[in-house]
Amino acid sequence: MLRVEAVVKSFEDFLAVNEANLSVAQGEIVAVIGPNGAGKTTLFNLITGQLRRDRGKIVFRSEDIGELPPYQICQKGIGRSFQIVNVFPRLTVFENVQVAVLSQQKKSSLLFRPARNLAVVETRSILESVGLLDKSQNIVGSLSHGDQKILEMAIALGNEPELLILDEPTAGMSPEETFATIELIKRLARTRGLTILFCEHDMDIVFSIAQSIMVMHQGRTLIQGKPEEVRNNKEVQAAYLGGSDA
Amino acid sequence: MFRRIIHAKWPGFTIALFIILLLLPPLVPRFFIYILGLIYVTSLLAMSLNLVVGHGGMFQFHHAVFYGVGAYTIALLLTKTSWPMWVGFIAGPILAALVGLLIGWFCVRLTRLYFGMLQISLGSLIWAIVFRWYKFTGGDDGIHGVPMPGFLSSLNSSYYFILIILAGSLILLYLILKSPFGSTLQAIRDNPQRCEAVGINVRRHQLRAIVVATFFAGIAGVLFVVLERSVFPDLLFWVLSLEIFIMCLLGGWFTFAGPILGAAITVALRIFVGKYTEYWTLILGIILILLIFFLPEGVMGYFEGAFKTRTKKVAERGNP
Repeated sequence: MLRVEAVVKSFEDFLAVNEANLSVAQGEIVAVIGPNGAGKTTLFNLITGQLRRDRGKIVFRSEDIGELPPYQICQKGIGRSFQIVNVFPRLTVFENVQVAVLSQQKKSSLLFRPARNLAVVETRSILESVGLLDKSQNIVGSLSHGDQKILEMAIALGNEPELLILDEPTAGMSPEETFATIELIKRLARTRGLTILFCEHDMDIVFSIAQSIMVMHQGRTLIQGKPEEVRNNKEVQAAYLGGSDA
Repeated sequence: MFRRIIHAKWPGFTIALFIILLLLPPLVPRFFIYILGLIYVTSLLAMSLNLVVGHGGMFQFHHAVFYGVGAYTIALLLTKTSWPMWVGFIAGPILAALVGLLIGWFCVRLTRLYFGMLQISLGSLIWAIVFRWYKFTGGDDGIHGVPMPGFLSSLNSSYYFILIILAGSLILLYLILKSPFGSTLQAIRDNPQRCEAVGINVRRHQLRAIVVATFFAGIAGVLFVVLERSVFPDLLFWVLSLEIFIMCLLGGWFTFAGPILGAAITVALRIFVGKYTEYWTLILGIILILLIFFLPEGVMGYFEGAFKTRTKKVAERGNP
């Protein structure tokens, strides 16, 4: 479904992503792991168009999307959430998700119809599936951090993506919230038939839900494979997993 | 349609105010009718600016240009051509929107301050053309004695016309603000990057907002000619752009009707304080400084906030 081939991105002299490779098959849950600064977020930003790669290929459904602006990539079927909460703080929870649903339904430019009567069913169903329905009229700035992270995902779901990219979906969450979020991701993948690509620091989470893991180190792809392969790989152990405890 | 408008805040108050304003002309001196007319025209101008500044978060620094283009279009068409008069009334807003499209097309490629700087330069270019092209625009003399259709012959009839067009425009602006277009625009103001990531073409959306806003600025320009029967290059000068920007700030740019209040305050200051001193902007400056310190959300924003906290308190007391 998604193939990243030898992608390179540098900022000034710093090579943030250096020959990264990744492949995501339809229906898979794929994790990208690596130490801080390994280039995971940069890689995601390259895939969804927030940044433009210097070299390499990014192919989604046999089409090169490397040159497209973010809104077109989204329209192709790739949705994403952000690591640092990136929502519309002045709008309500409902309106936050509705913006995405309206965009998906190509209704963003309607001038004289009241927005509050449009895309209501779809928006409510998304809020219900992530468990934010009872807070739908709250102003987002007043939500807890955990809820805002969930809202991040809900906004991304508003576009009915085929591939959902989650950048550290549980960052900053309490253990209970983290657990609930992981269950939510699993459930979404199952019920909506989503393909999910995410990155995460917590190794327990990664190994419990990912079907394929890609390891990044200093912008480079060390390996991508099944969890056991990755766990047993010498290079990975040296660079990352074995670093401190194992 | 009517029911949707009824959802506006304080519908009773708004309708009552409209009826009172309609009944005023026979009751108050001509001078006040003129001032009210000027306030209406300026309100519409400020409201159109606020669509892109307050709700769109764009640095629309030279909005007066579109007002001036609307005014000059109708003035030129009514004085220099023998076309039917209604053509001028329609062409004013349309030409303003076209100039908005042209200037906006360049501006939306830049962000924030650079957007504003480019707009000031391009807008000043248009001002310079109007100011210098004596043969066509009358240069700094402007055009005076623009003929008007018979039904607008008296000040009172002009007043009614302006008030009704203003009311219609405000209803349209309100509907636009509450439409998907308006809510998406506000989402872009809050977070353009996120909007791109949910599939919204941010630049195109912003450009459309500029076209809508400049169209309404063009209507305001036409209404100005209806009231004054003349045009002059000051209508497109950057000083006026700054003034209407201040009106939005003064009234509160996250509110719907704030700019009307801002326009009323500014016009009243200009006329009543301007009578005593030509330095009336000094007073405006002081008010602005106080405003930034004490009412950063604007006058209307402050009262809306106070109103909300009060009703909240009452509600809390209601259900302990």
